[in-house]
Amino acid sequence: MSTKDTMIEFRDVHKYYGDYHALRGITGTIRPGEFFSLLGPSGCGKTTLLRTIAGFEDISSGAVLVDGRDMAGVPANKRPTNMVFQSYAIFPHLSVAQNVGFGLRKDARSTAEKEKAVAEALEMVGLKGYGGRAAHALSGGQRQRVALARALILKPKVLLLDEPLSALDKKMREQMQMELIKLQRQVGITFILVTHDQEEALVMSDRIAVMFEGEIAQLADPETLYRRPGSRKVADFIGTMNFLPAKVLEEGADAVEVDAAGFGRIHIEARQVMGGKTDEGATVGFRPETLTILYEGSAAADRESMATIEEVVYFGDMTYYDVRIDGTDAPVRISMRNVFGRPVLDIGARARVGWSPGALVLFR
Amino acid sequence: MKSPGFRLYAIAYLLFLYAPIILLPLFAFNDSKVIAFPLSGFTTSWFATMWEDQNLWNAAQNSLIISTTTAIFATLLGLFAARASTRFNFPGSGGALGLIMLPLVLPEMIVAMAMLAVLLTIGFPLSIFTIILGHVLLCTPFAVAILSSAFQSLDRSLEEAAQDLGETPLSTFWLIILPLVMPGIISSLLICFTISLDEFIMAYFLGGNEPVLSTYIYGQFRFPARVPAIMALGTILVCLSITLLAIAEWFRRRGIAKSGGTDTGGFL
Repeated sequence: MSTKDTMIEFRDVHKYYGDYHALRGITGTIRPGEFFSLLGPSGCGKTTLLRTIAGFEDISSGAVLVDGRDMAGVPANKRPTNMVFQSYAIFPHLSVAQNVGFGLRKDARSTAEKEKAVAEALEMVGLKGYGGRAAHALSGGQRQRVALARALILKPKVLLLDEPLSALDKKMREQMQMELIKLQRQVGITFILVTHDQEEALVMSDRIAVMFEGEIAQLADPETLYRRPGSRKVADFIGTMNFLPAKVLEEGADAVEVDAAGFGRIHIEARQVMGGKTDEGATVGFRPETLTILYEGSAAADRESMATIEEVVYFGDMTYYDVRIDGTDAPVRISMRNVFGRPVLDIGARARVGWSPGALVLFR
Repeated sequence: MKSPGFRLYAIAYLLFLYAPIILLPLFAFNDSKVIAFPLSGFTTSWFATMWEDQNLWNAAQNSLIISTTTAIFATLLGLFAARASTRFNFPGSGGALGLIMLPLVLPEMIVAMAMLAVLLTIGFPLSIFTIILGHVLLCTPFAVAILSSAFQSLDRSLEEAAQDLGETPLSTFWLIILPLVMPGIISSLLICFTISLDEFIMAYFLGGNEPVLSTYIYGQFRFPARVPAIMALGTILVCLSITLLAIAEWFRRRGIAKSGGTDTGGFL
């Protein structure tokens, strides 16, 4: 593969800590200028993988290439990558400007030029005029910005972000998400983000690698991950997904006929069929928003089933209903946008539920 | 906690602990050769007597050399041990650290006797140098304890960040780690100095004919007429010790505050 469309390449990367197999054959590429996320539950190896790029972890076998160059034996201080640490790692004994300019120590430029670069970097992250402040007197959000400026001032080929938003409160986190996206577009540097927050990954990334137990379960763009999760495990991890048991009736080259509990006979096209079979056999999966409760005068749905409302959770703009479709054992969740003139239904009410075979996925 | 019995106990305890020390300045300024109440009057002549004693100056000079050298070497050794024990995991690291800390609980007299026996066996002459050897052995555990707490409060990712930004492990140590543990180093130097200054057993066993302050003071108690002057010296030493320990503690706390950690103990 040419280096033009590859910034990072993992070639069958394995990592052992003693007997523990932390990375189990990671293979994949990250494109230049991409906002890429490593997403997974804690202990899945996502931070370890990030640290192999930075040079803080040696790999047991395989290869990590940055911009076409094998990083084996290249120490962290010689790699074209910079990192924003989870704890931000702001040097507490230095000022903000000294922190941001830390990486320029060996730079041949004059002091005045370096000061200008520091000022520009601070302005870029919205901390203009903060240079003289003591680093230990900053708030969490400000530390985050200093860490960003300190890493970006070196114009790395890749910026590595290790759960950078996890220490911030919700409002601040959402604001920083937007700012990071804007910043990434502005500088055009490849960003690699490690996160356990699936929502954050969906919001920010061009592409996401979902990791479980040291392996990449699926590598795709956010929409594909959400709409066509490659396995039940991925589907479970990203957003909410309902599952109903299904029986395969007929198998064609480009479509499968199944009988799903409560739904009846469904025609499912090949692109909707996913792997990740479990012991429970085949299941159909669908997102809460792909089902609709039909009111008088609602537009007709492709298919309809009757159901009983078992639980109602009111969120203001949305209402979540747990409904039991006739003929099934367990309730499924439906999310409905609250529209003026449509009453929120009560527990125990009967409802018509509309759905479309095209919005389902089959795991088998 | 609020019962009067407890309060009485606490007051009695503190009185027992500190009253003898308060007597030092009391008699140092008392115009009488006899250490007894009632006090006879105020004088500073005992300080003058002390000041003119050539043997005392000799002992003080020895003590200063020993304490300074001990503080530097014990802190240096403590620095290596603390860094190794907090940063690296190697086979036997726990055991090695345990052996380093052992002199803290070993009876000092046993250690001093053993060292004396070894030195005499190999024919090594007793001098200031042998006292320093003993004191370094004694002070290193304290240095390790103080510096370990300084290293432990360091965020590991600070080191990684410096290397990520282009520094070598050596320049990282110089630019990041050393400045951040500096308060711990100063604190360790001061505490080791204080411990070495008033140490008696090692100085007595391993000193040969070289007097240090503690052995000199002990010797002077044989002459009742000299006792008030010793009280004056003691007063000065108490003030010096308290000042040094207070400075040490101030540095230790400042170090923890600077690196954003929380205080977990200390000596004061």
